Amino acid sequence: MNPDVNTIAPGSVSGHPNEQWRSALFAAAAEVFELMVGEAVSRQEDGAPDGANDTTAMVGLAGALCGVLSIRCNVSAAASIASKMLGEPVQSATCVEHQLDALGEICNMVAGNFKARVEGLQEKCMLSVPTVITGQDYCLHSLADNEAVEVALLFQGQGVILRLEIHG
Amino acid sequence: MANIRALIVDDSSVMRKIVERCLRQAGVELGTVYEASNGAEGLAVVSGNEVDLILSDINMPVMDGLEFVKNLQAAANAKGIPIVMITTEGAEAQVTRALSLGAKGYIRKPFTPDQVKQHVVPLLRVDR
Repeated sequence: MNPDVNTIAPGSVSGHPNEQWRSALFAAAAEVFELMVGEAVSRQEDGAPDGANDTTAMVGLAGALCGVLSIRCNVSAAASIASKMLGEPVQSATCVEHQLDALGEICNMVAGNFKARVEGLQEKCMLSVPTVITGQDYCLHSLADNEAVEVALLFQGQGVILRLEIHG
Repeated sequence: MANIRALIVDDSSVMRKIVERCLRQAGVELGTVYEASNGAEGLAVVSGNEVDLILSDINMPVMDGLEFVKNLQAAANAKGIPIVMITTEGAEAQVTRALSLGAKGYIRKPFTPDQVKQHVVPLLRVDR
């Protein structure tokens, strides 16, 4: 983990998600993209550019923090991410398996990196294996009262949205 | 050592390719590279092939990395094979558990080729 980014206190898990959590999420994503994709991402304060974000990877968190971390982008961005990770071209219309695999792994690493940045989570929070959904026509319903932290990123000019749904 | 026969166990095929690339970038002269998507598949590879090095994820379906390492200790032809865990999970308890089960090293994702070199190359210099 980048030592320049300080570990932050957990704050109120059941209270209001704050800027520190967004910063931790962004720092986690920035490090994962830099090391594993070989490409920097920037943070979009005004939200991600409009677009069909039809590829969503999710990782569940359980323990001291219960929730779901998701990362969503369009097929083209998912193909670019997979291509950069593999070091070879990945077409968006083909090699779907590689796109889904790559986005799921990115989500997994961002979740792991994020929990290492929040005091008390590293040892007391477990991650699920990733799940990836394609398409836009779905609704995700949680049985818990959710709060959420969302961070919009820009990767090669395309929007990538990170969202941490906090269940407790 | 040249012609290192490596087994890479990870449920992500993309990650298996990245690990292989990092090994090559680290200067490891690879021979056959076996891939497995979970611990059970990894055990099958080890039971039927000679392997010099194992790199394994922890969080996998079917059989996770810790169970895989535990089962490897009972496999006669797996004795002395250096095992390095590569995983997103960085909890101290998991690290301790992996090492107590027989893993020789631990690399946290995301990682750099230098980190792979630092953790893997010294293990290859030890005679089995």
